This record gives sequence, C-alpha cells and structure tokens, in this order.
Amino acid sequence: MCDSCGCGHSHPHFHSAGSDHTPPVPATRTVEVRTSALAVNQRYADENRGWFRAKGLHVFNLLSSPGSGKTALLEKTLPRLPHSAAMVGDLQTQRDAERLRNSGAQALQITTGATCHLDAHMVAHALERLNTDGVNILFIENVGNLVCPASYDLGEAKRIVLLSVTEGEDKPLKYPVIFQKADLVLLTKMDLAAAVEFNREAAVAHLRAVAPNAAVLDVSSKTGEGMEAWLAWLESSAAGA
Amino acid sequence: MDSDGKSDIVESMHELGLMNHLLQDALAAARGGPVCGLSVRVGPLSGVVVEALQFAFEALSPGSPAAGATLTILETRPSFRCPDCQTRYETPLGAYQCPACGGTAGELCGGNELELVSIEVPDHV
Repeated sequence: MCDSCGCGHSHPHFHSAGSDHTPPVPATRTVEVRTSALAVNQRYADENRGWFRAKGLHVFNLLSSPGSGKTALLEKTLPRLPHSAAMVGDLQTQRDAERLRNSGAQALQITTGATCHLDAHMVAHALERLNTDGVNILFIENVGNLVCPASYDLGEAKRIVLLSVTEGEDKPLKYPVIFQKADLVLLTKMDLAAAVEFNREAAVAHLRAVAPNAAVLDVSSKTGEGMEAWLAWLESSAAGA
Repeated sequence: MDSDGKSDIVESMHELGLMNHLLQDALAAARGGPVCGLSVRVGPLSGVVVEALQFAFEALSPGSPAAGATLTILETRPSFRCPDCQTRYETPLGAYQCPACGGTAGELCGGNELELVSIEVPDHV
C-alpha cells in the first residue's frame, strides 16, 4: 500500500514528499464525473413510460410495508374495473398473483429472489408477458417495504402508498421518503380503526408534515368502506393522465 | 451486473446494487487505472442509507482498482422553490414549510441526489 496517499496500490508514485522534510502531499488529482447511480433505472423507467403511453395504459405503483393490504385491496378493486390488470412483486412464491387471478383479472407475478424492491428493468421484462388487449389500467404491486422501493421509478403515472391503521400513526415520520413521493395515501383496514384506537387526526397530521399535497382516502377492503371514493380517484386520475 | 462473482450479492440490499453502479462509473472514469477516492453526493430523499452505502463500498471495492480508496459522502438537504413567493429554501427532512410565507406547496428541486461527483486518481499519468 502506498504510504503517501493510502490508495492501496503498489504502483509507482511520484509524490512530492521528498527528503526536504515537508509533510507528504497526497499526489492525486480530481476527475469530475457526475453520473447518477439510478441513471440505468431511469432509462428503463422512461422507456416503460413511453410504452405505457403508446399502449394507452394508466399505471399505478402501489407501495407499502408488508401486510398492509395491497393484495386485498386489489382483489376488491380489479373486478370493479373490467379493463384493469396487475403485476405483483414478491421475493418468493406466486401466491399473490394467484389470489388476484381468482378475482378474474389478468395478474402476473414478479419474483425478485433476494431483491427488496421492483426496478424498472424487472417491470420491462414482465411487460413482455402482459396481454394489453382491452387493458387501460395497470396496477404494479411493489414488494412490501417502506424503504427501498421509494428510490425506483418504474415508469408509473401515479404513486399510491398504503398505511394500515395497525401500523401506527407515526409511520410517515419514520419513513418520510416513501410518503413524500406519494400522489395518494390510502389509510387501509379502517374496519379495525376502533379496535386498535387508531388516531386518524394524528396520522394525517404526520403525513401532512412530510407530504402536504398528497390526497388521502380511508378504505376497508373487508367492509367496502371508501371503495367508491377510491374507484372515483382511480378513474379521474386515469382520465386526466 | 458484471464481473467477479459478486453479482449474487449486489441486489440483496439495494445500496449494494446502487454502489456497484457508482463503482463501475468510477472505474470507467479512471480508464482502468487505480482510484484513490470517490466523492458521492447523497440526498435524504434518495432512499439510500449512508451507512449501508459505506458498507456496500467496503464489500465491493476489494480486488478492484478502487481497493483501499476513500469514499467521501456529501450529504445534501431537501431544497424547494415556493410557487407562492418564489423563495428557494432548504429544510430538514420532514419540514417542508416555506420559511418566508408559510406555504406548503413547495416544489422539490433537490434532495433526490445519488451521484458520483468526482474521483481521485494518482497524479502521475
């Protein structure tokens, strides 16, 4: 290892440190680079977005922690929107796609192996398997995770983040990035709100602190509460996109 | 992901995959020569955990021309432009109000960064 610049190589160096007892000056120079780590993903996302536009598809990226009710919501939503389809990401198993297909809709599974999020490249490959005939709304159910999926644009038109009442009102403060990028936040499992003493006012205040402009809707996939408003939001969003 | 048997780990934590991109960009910029340092700008809205990025660099760089290189993280803060009073302002994460007029409709114009700004290379070529 080079003692002067500590760069770990035994290559010849021409440091200015000589026999004149001046402190060694690290003999390096700076090379400007300016590249983004997400540039590759962004290229795929832009391609996806162009493809969606060409096919007339309105695409919603659904994000949340595991178990907050993404699949249950889609089970109730897909049958109400006959021109909709879904793709769903999980580390393992086809279980969620099977559940969604049982509701009568076209649903594709993306299994990510060890990867904690969907990226635009994975979605691009899944699109090769999608039959777009008669489809104008596509839901992409992301891997359940409140951290990593926030970084990856998939080419979607809108981001929807679910927050279930059982998770606690302060999730938006603890995981601000994912909520900050939401177009719509769905408060899910509202049928359990009383049982878990969910403080809606506090949850919305915390959400407003990080995402002042996101729309907020209350839903319960179990009782059907809020479903009409959710469907209306989807339809107006798709019409305006 | 290319090269050297690390492809099985680069996607298991998303910082590994992202760090791998930055590292490959650094090696490309050094044109095969040694890399002594990398400066990476990280915004709080990038979704990246700085400690995980450091860990990823330590896992990925040995055996590459960037082995032993210093990773310098330049952290930014979210920045906004207020559409009401045109003020540009920076805030800590989770506080987005315009300090001038109190508006909350600020348009994000910085804080998403995850980019390799520059590299340090030996000055003998």
